[in-house]
Amino acid sequence: MKTSSLLDHKLFRAGIACLFWLGVWQILASAVGIPLLLPSPLAVGQALIHLLGTADFRAATGFSLLGISIGFLAGVVAGSLLAWLTWASRLADAIISPFLRLVRTTPVASFIILALLWLSNRTVPMVIAALMVAPILWSSTKTAIEETDQSLLEMGRVYRFSPWRTVRLIYLPQILPQWTAAAATAMGLAWKSGIAAEVIAQPSPAMGTNLFRAKLHLTTDQLFAWTVLVVILSFLLERLFVLAMHRLGRRYT
Amino acid sequence: MISFQTVSLRYGDKQVLDQFTLDIPTDQITCLHGPSGSGKTTLLRILAGLVTPDSGTITGRPQKPAMLFQEDRLLPHFTAAENIAAVLPKSQAAEARIWLDRVGLAQDAALHPGELSGGMCRRVALARALAYGRDFLLLDEPFTGLDMALTEQMAALIRKTGLPALVVTHSLAEIELLGGRLLAVDGPPLRVSNA
Repeated sequence: MKTSSLLDHKLFRAGIACLFWLGVWQILASAVGIPLLLPSPLAVGQALIHLLGTADFRAATGFSLLGISIGFLAGVVAGSLLAWLTWASRLADAIISPFLRLVRTTPVASFIILALLWLSNRTVPMVIAALMVAPILWSSTKTAIEETDQSLLEMGRVYRFSPWRTVRLIYLPQILPQWTAAAATAMGLAWKSGIAAEVIAQPSPAMGTNLFRAKLHLTTDQLFAWTVLVVILSFLLERLFVLAMHRLGRRYT
Repeated sequence: MISFQTVSLRYGDKQVLDQFTLDIPTDQITCLHGPSGSGKTTLLRILAGLVTPDSGTITGRPQKPAMLFQEDRLLPHFTAAENIAAVLPKSQAAEARIWLDRVGLAQDAALHPGELSGGMCRRVALARALAYGRDFLLLDEPFTGLDMALTEQMAALIRKTGLPALVVTHSLAEIELLGGRLLAVDGPPLRVSNA
């Protein structure tokens, strides 16, 4: 098979990129020569395999996965509903929109510390994930609603579409692609902010807590292994979500 | 009889209707023929309930008019059959295929607007209007993109429904095919120049 035809395969290209960056990592680790500062890919791989067999891994991953997923879903639902509300009511828009813009621009660390004052450390990651997700969904859903084809809405009015029929036949198909893209982006952000909240709030067991402990005990290989796990989980969940949404809204994409 | 009495409407600086008065019979097809921008479409939009005049009264307004817009305005994510079924009650959704058959598109029921030619989309939009038509048809350039043979077939189909209609067209041949009453108009503001 020619190289060019091999390069046509996405998986092959991803494999090449992966090998390239692993090579760079290995060279840097050898150059530094201090595993405490930069462990080799092999050492991290071994730490990862060791982690996978422990009960702590299952408990921490389960907790983080559940908490962040609940936060993500709450953020998606809240953001989408607020988009409809602020679009439909100018008063609601005047009251809610500045708050959501403020949330979007405030550093996540400020929210985590504030949330720690008011909530238990186990609920903080969930709430932070929701707070980070909601403004993204709100903003893109509202824009999509506002950009809905007016000529189709007129057609719906002439043919006396019920509100539900208007949403299902006109709004939904036009909103769904933009909504899915925003939700996929927000999922990555939910993981980043959720894990950051765990690092600061220290619920036990949790992936963020284990990241912090690995740093505290100077077990850098484990710090890397937990980071790799977070990245893999975030990536897989995002792919799963996009796949599920494409299946659900296949006709609209 | 639909009766416009001293109806006025202004879009920004443009006076589209100025004390406009006209009677439109509800037992025949009436065709408005005149230059672009004279306000013909505005008349249809008022009857469809999409525009409210600034002043004047309209009596005998149709309760549930069907409108064929100048553009097809088909739902892009739905098939030809689904586009027609969308304007029908659920219990009558099967009629969509009958209407597609009447406009010669029975084989294309499962295609989306993006997969249809301009003329085919026009026929789907016309079928949608005719399928919905209860008491009055508002047809804005109904035969755009159709060749003469198809125009004749579609005009015959419209006539066959027996529904009264207000049709905007630039073609005298189309008026003849529809067998409608000709109203020559000009403007803006819109006025009947020769009935």
